[in-house]
Amino acid sequence: MPKEKMKNPGAVIDEPGSSTKTKTGEWRTLKPVIDKKKCIRCGLCWLYCPDACIRIRKDGADVDYNYCKGCGICARNCPVKAIKMVRKDEESN
Amino acid sequence: MKKVIETSHAIAEAVKLVKPDVIPIYPVTPQTHIAEKLAEFVADGLLKAKMITVESEHSAISAAIGASATESRVFTATASQGLALMHEILFIASGLRLPIVMAIANRALSAPINIWCDHSDSLAQRDTGWMQFYCESAQEAYDTILFAYKIAENKKVLLPAMVCVDGFSLSHVYEIVDLNTQKDVNQYLPEYNPLFKLDSKNPVTMGPIGYPDSYMEFKEQQEQAMASASKTIKAEERIFKKHFKRNFSGAVELYNIKNAKYAIVAMGSICGTIKHVLKEKQINDVGLIKIRCFRPFPKEAIRNTVSKLKSIVVIDRAVSLGKGGVVYNEIKSECCNVVHSAIAGLGGRDITPKSIFSLIQKIKNTKSERCFWLK
Repeated sequence: MPKEKMKNPGAVIDEPGSSTKTKTGEWRTLKPVIDKKKCIRCGLCWLYCPDACIRIRKDGADVDYNYCKGCGICARNCPVKAIKMVRKDEESN
Repeated sequence: MKKVIETSHAIAEAVKLVKPDVIPIYPVTPQTHIAEKLAEFVADGLLKAKMITVESEHSAISAAIGASATESRVFTATASQGLALMHEILFIASGLRLPIVMAIANRALSAPINIWCDHSDSLAQRDTGWMQFYCESAQEAYDTILFAYKIAENKKVLLPAMVCVDGFSLSHVYEIVDLNTQKDVNQYLPEYNPLFKLDSKNPVTMGPIGYPDSYMEFKEQQEQAMASASKTIKAEERIFKKHFKRNFSGAVELYNIKNAKYAIVAMGSICGTIKHVLKEKQINDVGLIKIRCFRPFPKEAIRNTVSKLKSIVVIDRAVSLGKGGVVYNEIKSECCNVVHSAIAGLGGRDITPKSIFSLIQKIKNTKSERCFWLK
């Protein structure tokens, strides 16, 4: 929950749906990077993602980096090895 | 109406008048008479509360939290090992700011196994964020239940409270108690109206994660709530006396202190013994500082009282092993006087007028600070 929202005694959240406001993506060490040329849009990564961070678009799978914690389950399950787990500092290479 | 009644039953009578909605409770010596009397009231239809007979104290306090979160007024009671078993959940009750009131029939902790009175059970819960009141008599226990709800449910406070009575030496003692009518209590204590409640029609989240960037702010809020409890106790003491037309002290009671050069600091039923000794032996230069409210600690009242005293002795019914008397250390941190420590009545050892009198003689003849074990 964002800090400015945490004022109620006992930390009560009186506004529903507030968990989406906490961006958990920054917890990530490894980032899944999708090679859209290899992606066959099978949807296995979408099915396995424990944080529901993957959408299958027309041009291939897409990751919501605001919430992806970098667990790597998508990469492990990709049948065509289209997902690579990349360290944050290696991202630019 | 005045009646000769057991302290445990007086507590149950007061609870009946505050009309709790839920009572999750587990019997443990010497608290059992409170639970038994309440069960009797519920069975006889005199108290319309949901009594949950849980499988442990850990469950009792957990159920108390759940019930309190839904806008219910909640009462429970425990002692000794039962209170120790509640430990981790006590922090959650105070952190969620739920004004649960719990009676404690103070009892020693094992080992060796012992079912008799000392204060080591509740004093070990000092830092859980609960208010703690200690009672000298059956009347005070009865009054403190009513008072504790009034303080705990105050919107500036919203903290849970323990009402502590000495196991057996007070919980099982019969005394005259001035009992009130339902009307008296209804006028004194308004309905419990929380800031937030669990309600499926109007959903809220209770107990979310507090990240490192916000956890501290909530602990600070609890500390501020304790400070505001101190102020509320002071103001409510006057309101209580006026409403019920009885003498009552909220945080501290001073006895014989006007001309005193020395003072005894104590909590609970031994204050009666101390008053008896001071009166019987006509000791004018020794006063009694009875601590009624251990958390929030009445710092200001203590500082104002002790400043003119030559020396003080704190009688503790609990030891912080390796650092001495628990209340002694609290008093020592509030003043620059000579403060002696006396450890007494552990595991239900009798504290006699004779031992109090000889302690008074000793502190008058001792200049440097000492620790006495009254055995």
